[in-house]
Amino acid sequence: MKRTLLTGNGAAAWGVRLAGVDYVPAFPITPQTEIIETIANWIDLGEMDCRMVTLESEHSMITAAGAAAATGVRAFTATSSQGLLYAMEMIYTVAGWRVPFVMVNVSRGLSAPITLEPDHNDILVARDSGFLQIHCATCQEVLDSILMAFRLAEDEQVRLPVIVNMDGFYLSFTREPVEIPDADAVTRFLPPFDPENICFRASAPVSEAVAVLGGPPYSYFRYETHLASLNAVPVFAKIAEEFAQAFGRTYEAVEAYRTDDAELVFVIMGSFATKAKDAVDRLREAGRSVGLLRPRLLRPFPNGDIRRILAGKKGVAVIDQNLSMGMGGVLHSELASALYGQAHAPPVLVSFIGGLGGRDIGPEEFYEMASVTRKAVEDGKAPAPRLLYTEKELREVRKLQAIAQVERENLGQNQ
Amino acid sequence: MYRIRFHGRGGQGMKTASRILGRAFFLEGFEVQDAPRYGAERRGAPMFAYVRASRNTINERGIIRRPDLVVVADDTLVPVSAAGVLQGVTEHTVMLINSNEKPEVWKDRLNISGQVLTMPSVAEKEDRLEPRFISASCAGVAARLVGVISRTSLKQAISAELAHLGAAVVDKNLAGALESYDLMGSHSGSVTPGHEVPAYAYQNPEWIELPFEDARVSAPAIHATATSEKMKTGLWRTMRPVIDYSRCNRCWWVCSTFCPDSAISLDDEGYPQIDYEHCKGCMVCVAQCPSHAIHAIPEQEAEAGTPAGERL
Ligand code: SF4
Ligand code: SF4
Repeated sequence: MKRTLLTGNGAAAWGVRLAGVDYVPAFPITPQTEIIETIANWIDLGEMDCRMVTLESEHSMITAAGAAAATGVRAFTATSSQGLLYAMEMIYTVAGWRVPFVMVNVSRGLSAPITLEPDHNDILVARDSGFLQIHCATCQEVLDSILMAFRLAEDEQVRLPVIVNMDGFYLSFTREPVEIPDADAVTRFLPPFDPENICFRASAPVSEAVAVLGGPPYSYFRYETHLASLNAVPVFAKIAEEFAQAFGRTYEAVEAYRTDDAELVFVIMGSFATKAKDAVDRLREAGRSVGLLRPRLLRPFPNGDIRRILAGKKGVAVIDQNLSMGMGGVLHSELASALYGQAHAPPVLVSFIGGLGGRDIGPEEFYEMASVTRKAVEDGKAPAPRLLYTEKELREVRKLQAIAQVERENLGQNQ
Repeated sequence: MYRIRFHGRGGQGMKTASRILGRAFFLEGFEVQDAPRYGAERRGAPMFAYVRASRNTINERGIIRRPDLVVVADDTLVPVSAAGVLQGVTEHTVMLINSNEKPEVWKDRLNISGQVLTMPSVAEKEDRLEPRFISASCAGVAARLVGVISRTSLKQAISAELAHLGAAVVDKNLAGALESYDLMGSHSGSVTPGHEVPAYAYQNPEWIELPFEDARVSAPAIHATATSEKMKTGLWRTMRPVIDYSRCNRCWWVCSTFCPDSAISLDDEGYPQIDYEHCKGCMVCVAQCPSHAIHAIPEQEAEAGTPAGERL
């Protein structure tokens, strides 16, 4: 075991290396490229026994990863944002094939307008595909989640591809101390892939992904995928327990921080959750009983854990780093549906939208969200959803608009 | 927690500086976070990198709003508002500027109450066209200013972070950085860790309701052909192309044809004119001019008024 400084991308590459991945189909996109570069370098130096192929698009890349997994080798790939969207047809398709492999998505806001910094709209597009989703908050968690993700994907009760998600910049380009586990310990935890009946081979014809006519067989296959996904809740719990025994780090489907005696709870996904953790500590110092809940698994959605942790709480502040146009925060909707009609469900669920396109969320904003939620509890009524946005930010946008306007006038195109 | 920000231009090595400092803190047993942040991802454009270091787990993330130390590798960035050099600077913040001007001049000019220091001048750069690779020196000075990083850890950190560049580069950087570290001895410990924002007394963020605006205003569109006119990309330049009109024979205007930023236009007599507000200093014109009439001059010298390119 070695503790050193790694970026989230570097940690991901280490996870792949330790997992003994056989095949990596790749296509570059910011901010994910460093993962592929790091692996390519190791292969080049002979430090990793793996085949890497660069494809001509993410669409082909996912097809290649799924096809390779169908032959029974351990496959890994990575993408981000627009790349994930470009691959979307095959994301749904390979999940339907029921082939196990792991993909890292480095979250980045979607176009238009095009940008580089993170939010979760990209990964949420894959929400209903059949891919399982593990969301990370630290670089260590990225490495560890990749190891657990292979176990999860390959489990016979599951057999589905898994996405490990990390935020661009905030994790991908940020170095933190990361423990790199010993290769032997990893092999004990994650032995070489036993593909059982997965054996797509030359001269041994198998029809993968058959066509069906009519709703009943279609419904059967689709619902079976759903059931497999639901199985991933208990299977993940088992894997996480083994992981904790082997490496001493505990990863439950839902991270609960200082929630036991909390009256108010922040709910937030991804790396911004560590900021919320800091805010919880400061709020506690100021005498407010606030806690934090972070869904680590987004698919399957850990309904049971969430209901249990939030039972009896007075108010919940859901902070969505995503936006479903015409509806609002996705996590807020998911949480509302998990809690609706449950005994002891918190009566007030306040929705905040923040962190779009990497927009920072400062400590003051967490304190203020706690204060708004407390007031909502007193009023017995949640206020309208709130975008975290300040006067100063709007002034900056006005400046950009003014520049565009001046240029238009200079060119005599002022209509 | 220590919060340190390095400001420079793409290509000046501020990411490396943050990594050296981060590694040095780590070697001293600190929890660390270091990261770069780019605006326009290209050489010469303003960028910054940051380091957090604490004895406890670091949960804070993203850009540093209240720095304890700000290192500025290029003093021409200070007045560029987009570079955000002065953001969150208070009397607690130490400013370290790489400049030929005295700290008092900067203190006065910027009207700041905190401590201002300038980088100690070490060995002269050999090639004036090759901007000095100052990341290790910046990290060395920062390491001394926080006062909790030993010479040994700094050395180890530089060797580890620059190893991929080869032994010669490591040695050269070690020499410069350690010299800077030693020269700043009297300022050891002048940078101290700042405090967190307490939840019992904080400034309300004062969120606003974002108003609906119709798509003519709110679509991300710019209805003009010259969309970059107001964006002064000339500020990204570290080298300035200067035309020596005594040599320009108004060929077939290779320079203006090749300029990727359309920054060279022709005057009435057919002589090329460089628009320095938008020339990014890529030096393509310098390389292309068949009569070698375009010279490259370091931006700082050009700013200081080196006479060149007088029209005959
Ligand atoms: S250096 Fe020359 S080619 Fe490059 S942007 Fe400036 S004028 Fe154009
Ligand atoms: S390429 Fe050189 S000679 Fe030709 S117009 Fe430009 S400066 Fe003059």
